[in-house]
Amino acid sequence: MSLILAAESLAEIINSYAECDASSVAIAAVIHVALIGAFFGLPAGIFIWAERKVSARIQDRLGPTRVGGRFGWLQAVADGAKLVQKEDLCPKDADKPLFRIAPYVVVIASFAAFMFLPFTDGWSAVSLDVGMFLLFAMLSLEVIGVILAGYASGSKWALFGGMREAAQMVSYEIPMSICALIPIVMAGTLNLNEVIHYQSADWIGVIPPFLHWNVFHPVAGPAFIVYFVCATASCKRAPFDLAEAESELVAGFLTEYSGMRWSFFFLAEYASMFLVSAVAAILFLGGWDDGFGIVRALKGNSTNVLDPGVIAGNLLGAGVLMLKASKLVLIQIWVRWTLPRLRIDQVMTTCLKYLLPMSCALFLAAVVYPMALVLGTGRPQILPLSNDVPAAAEMSTSSEVEVERAAADGEVT
Amino acid sequence: MTIDQYLFALFALLTCGGAISVVICQNVVRMAFSLIISLASISALFFLLSADFVGATQLMVYVGGTIVLLIFGVMLTSSSALLQIRTSPAEGFLAAGIGVLFLSVFSFTVWSVDWDRNQAKLAGVTAVDVPPQGYNEASSGNTVRPLAMSFVGLRPDKAGKAPGYLLPFEIVSVHLLVVLIGAAYLARTKRRVSAES
Repeated sequence: MSLILAAESLAEIINSYAECDASSVAIAAVIHVALIGAFFGLPAGIFIWAERKVSARIQDRLGPTRVGGRFGWLQAVADGAKLVQKEDLCPKDADKPLFRIAPYVVVIASFAAFMFLPFTDGWSAVSLDVGMFLLFAMLSLEVIGVILAGYASGSKWALFGGMREAAQMVSYEIPMSICALIPIVMAGTLNLNEVIHYQSADWIGVIPPFLHWNVFHPVAGPAFIVYFVCATASCKRAPFDLAEAESELVAGFLTEYSGMRWSFFFLAEYASMFLVSAVAAILFLGGWDDGFGIVRALKGNSTNVLDPGVIAGNLLGAGVLMLKASKLVLIQIWVRWTLPRLRIDQVMTTCLKYLLPMSCALFLAAVVYPMALVLGTGRPQILPLSNDVPAAAEMSTSSEVEVERAAADGEVT
Repeated sequence: MTIDQYLFALFALLTCGGAISVVICQNVVRMAFSLIISLASISALFFLLSADFVGATQLMVYVGGTIVLLIFGVMLTSSSALLQIRTSPAEGFLAAGIGVLFLSVFSFTVWSVDWDRNQAKLAGVTAVDVPPQGYNEASSGNTVRPLAMSFVGLRPDKAGKAPGYLLPFEIVSVHLLVVLIGAAYLARTKRRVSAES
């Protein structure tokens, strides 16, 4: 990833109008950052409001009603304005530089992971062959900020919260990554956009394209549920919010924080909720594919980025992905206000004794299943293949034959 | 200077600054944080060199894995004796001596390379732009399959002529198994012998 290449296509478009290489790259980079910033900040604000409304609904209250008119939809902005005015406190016993820096570490880790999300076909800030791997690497950095906050606060509540958080996130990362590997293995690529291409298809007779989504696959379907449970835990959401368990630890690692620094942690939490939901939508629910072939029909075979059909298809795809991710976030909110918190030993038992063996078994099944199907029916999947997928399948089998031949040659020599 | 060079300068400075502050700091957690800055900047340098996979591995293994374990271990065993590390002058001299030796070896190596000649050579190698493979292209294929193939000892990209990485891969995995067993042995609860028996 040459960092310049991250902005390449947009830079080329700007360059075709302005003919100034260096500045068009800079402008494109600024546009990229601003767009990702918007996608990072806006959903967070909306979901904070949604959390209040949904929790109120579940608890038979009204929730915010006044700010901004009827539904209190400006509540998040009002919260932000309030938090900005608050005093920025730093406890006497705290390790001051680390205490100040910890919220930024969390926010930066969460923000950086957004770089690799394909919001629609070809609209990602950085499209990489190892995008999935890098996204999980970025997500795993978030825990550092939480641990630092827990340690640097100089408070026992915070230290306990940080330690619990470290134990929980580090262990839930394992089944989460293994489950995320299943669609990767099926598609044969770590590039997130290619994983969506693998799942999108045209109508074949009466079979709707959404049956090609991984969630309808007999192995990847259960993997989606395991992934989503682990993703909820990795966002430290209830019923896994041991790190900030109010009834036991005051507020865990957040105990000593106030004002903007406190709100940074929440911004990062809601943003990473949205992020893991978007990743779930991409890996298992077809990403920007709407399931009825509309996006594919709109885009046609045009490769011009500025073609009206392509733009319409891309916008629809982005909307579809946002909708899927928002639905999953709403499920997380719904779960939080329905289920009671687990104990720390139950959290670890759930992960290490149930979710981890389940994810390993599913991974094994995902590898064995196509082989068994080939032995039984002669084809690697139950659904009939659409027009362009057989070409891909044939290509890969022929390349495998070449590989075997090459291996045989290697053994001979 | 291009943007790439500015970024390289920035991340190289961060790498060195982080490394130096690891040496200077006396608090273990601050040392760990400096180490995070240093290692993350190294991965940024890998990204600048277009070595995405190596950079991502650097982030995943060192920053996301090792450092988290380090901080976690420090916090679990947090006592004032461990949190503050003071070195004796003898240790300082020894470490400084080894450091100077390493530095001289590195600088000798760097200065003995004929960069102008290698520049042309490197440009020839890296200029070969392999188009990304994918499902939307006619030449569809798998983006990381060659890498996985080379780990099990097959090199289809080099027509079977180049060696694969099966042996190093196996050695690393056996090594990891040994580490896991050792960790399980160390971490298991030892049954306490009661006072009567």
